Amino acid sequence: MLFRSVENQIVSRTLPGTIEELSKWDDDSVLPSEQVYYQLAKDLKIAVENKTHTRLGSRLNYEMSGIASTFRKTGRSVKKWDIDQQINYKEKFLNIDKKWGNIEFWRLLKLYSPKVTSGYFLNAVDLIKTTEGISQRDETERIYLFLFQRTIYMSVLITLLCLLMGYPVAYLISRLPMKSANLLLIFVLLPFWTSLLVRTSAWKVLLQQEGVINDILVFVGLVGDLDRLQLINNQFGTIVAMTHILLPFMILPLYSVMKTIPESYVKAAKSLGANEWTSFRRVYFPQSIPGVGAGCILVFILSIGYYITPEIVGGTSGTFISNRIAYHISYSLNWGLGAALASILLVAVLILYYVYDKIIGIDNVKLG
Amino acid sequence: MSIKNQDFVTFENVQKTYDGKELVVKNLNLNIYRGEFLTMLGPSGSGKTTCLMMLAGFENSTNGEIKLNGNLINNIPPYKRNIGMVFQNYALFPHMSVAENLAFPLEVRKIEKADRDKKITRALEMVKMEQFKNRMPAQLSGGQQQRVALARSLVFEPDLVLMDEPLGALDKQLREQMQYEIKHLHEELEITVVYVTHDQSEALTMSDRVAVFNDGVIQQLASPNELYEKPTNSFVAQFIGENNKFDGKVISIDGEIVTVEVNGNEFKALAVNSGDIGEKTTISIRPERVRIDDSLENVADAEVVELIYLGDHIRCRLSVEKNSKFIVKIPNSINNYILKRGDKKKISWNAADCRALDYEL
Repeated sequence: MLFRSVENQIVSRTLPGTIEELSKWDDDSVLPSEQVYYQLAKDLKIAVENKTHTRLGSRLNYEMSGIASTFRKTGRSVKKWDIDQQINYKEKFLNIDKKWGNIEFWRLLKLYSPKVTSGYFLNAVDLIKTTEGISQRDETERIYLFLFQRTIYMSVLITLLCLLMGYPVAYLISRLPMKSANLLLIFVLLPFWTSLLVRTSAWKVLLQQEGVINDILVFVGLVGDLDRLQLINNQFGTIVAMTHILLPFMILPLYSVMKTIPESYVKAAKSLGANEWTSFRRVYFPQSIPGVGAGCILVFILSIGYYITPEIVGGTSGTFISNRIAYHISYSLNWGLGAALASILLVAVLILYYVYDKIIGIDNVKLG
Repeated sequence: MSIKNQDFVTFENVQKTYDGKELVVKNLNLNIYRGEFLTMLGPSGSGKTTCLMMLAGFENSTNGEIKLNGNLINNIPPYKRNIGMVFQNYALFPHMSVAENLAFPLEVRKIEKADRDKKITRALEMVKMEQFKNRMPAQLSGGQQQRVALARSLVFEPDLVLMDEPLGALDKQLREQMQYEIKHLHEELEITVVYVTHDQSEALTMSDRVAVFNDGVIQQLASPNELYEKPTNSFVAQFIGENNKFDGKVISIDGEIVTVEVNGNEFKALAVNSGDIGEKTTISIRPERVRIDDSLENVADAEVVELIYLGDHIRCRLSVEKNSKFIVKIPNSINNYILKRGDKKKISWNAADCRALDYEL
């Protein structure tokens, strides 16, 4: 799948003769020679028989819109041609579609003729590879860098929220006697017994404008009936729902580490004259760091690739990069771009992991 | 030592219950003198550690008052009590070096860096650990960790040091060595130490006074030799050192001496804790006070059941008056008896060495 992000064999495979002839085309201020058009006709004839010309069309359409239809239209005509005759193909092609006389189009074809391309990756970071070199996309078309930023920003936020809420819970459970601790642990694990979809949908029930929370707020009088709060289908909804869903992944590693910290350390700190806060900050917390590290890594990595929840409650402002990847894989069928986005995400996670290792040290992570 | 025998810590009618029903500590009254080494000795579950934790401030007493230096400390949090504490598992902070561990109590007291370093060095010298200053606790052996824990509990010059079975995790030899070191430190620094242990030899070795706990009650509070020589009840007699006992019935009382009937035989004993005529009693005799002849006041028939050679003495198990666990220690000297298994002998002991105590089931 990763190879898909750079793979570009479709051009050279569909139009092998054309590409070869095109490589001799040096002066790109004039249209290519008649020989190139002849090869194109030969290649297209075969492509039409194999029905691969439309696929090539949609591939090139990523780079220049309108090409797909050119290929479809041309394909219909080429089908009837008899290629053996030495006639003027340049003219014939130009008669079918003006695009065949567009130097820009030919430059593009040459640019995308190699078997591998950086096009998908450039696309994935809002750059575009044109015949004049690499340039940034128009501001209105930029989307992916922004989405990556948002994914990381929201994942960090969700991780911090989980830590903030999970730490006291884990501490409480680790300090309670066995019986009550087990009961609380079951409550922590209870959400796992229901489907992720159900949990996310439950948030929809709670947070929507006609939902439980808004109803209560209106009933209490905090919010007017006409300006009900927009709690879902935005970032807020995604953050709330994902924090809830990922919380157990924070609590469990924290709990398992905290359980191994003997109470006598805090007692010792107090007997040495440290008050509650100091003994927590200087003695207890440093020893719970491995659990904090494990919990944060777990939640962060889970959330950075999260798909279902942002899809359901995220609206447009709360979606993640993974939603875009899924879109390219299953709707737009631009697998190359999807693969490029996924590869970048993977590398980003690896880099963050490395940075984490440098700062906290991966040896310092303990799951129990 | 002129300030000795001055009450420093007092427990007044202290009670403690965890579940609201059962008292773990029942009406405890205890005075600890300034500069004293007091050991709380008892089997596990006897309430001794609970008492220590109440003194340290980690447990609240259900009833009663605890005073330190005349001030009521029931409601003072542990970190304001200025009491040093050594824990059984040492509780050295694993993420701090030895020096940082010792600096901790000084830092929270906001002591200047230079002053701090001086105190740390002095404390480490006391326990001969100054060359391990920059090690992490995990790089030290158990004994070394114990020394550091000791130094840490002393470095801020507390009024009182509590030790909760600090030598429990060490091997026998190291434990004995540390016992002497702690004792010497106590004498040198003239601090007050409250020490908790279930090891009676440790208690006898180190303490000025020992409080023997059982069932939430102090059974006896006395100096080590008094505790051994003059136990006031059967529990203490059994718990401290080796002891031979007979169950019998008081048949006559003559001042300090009672006559006790055991299976038809009559023995004279000191009336320490025995009841009226006709009541059941347990008499106790230390093994080293018994002779294998009939020269002393109380004489009984005995049969040798087992002989164990222990170098400096021979431990001889006898069957006396249906009690087959009667122990006699025979010193290994030149003109000694040579006993064989199955020998039938007379044994005897003095009434003064034999104590009639409360009857124990």
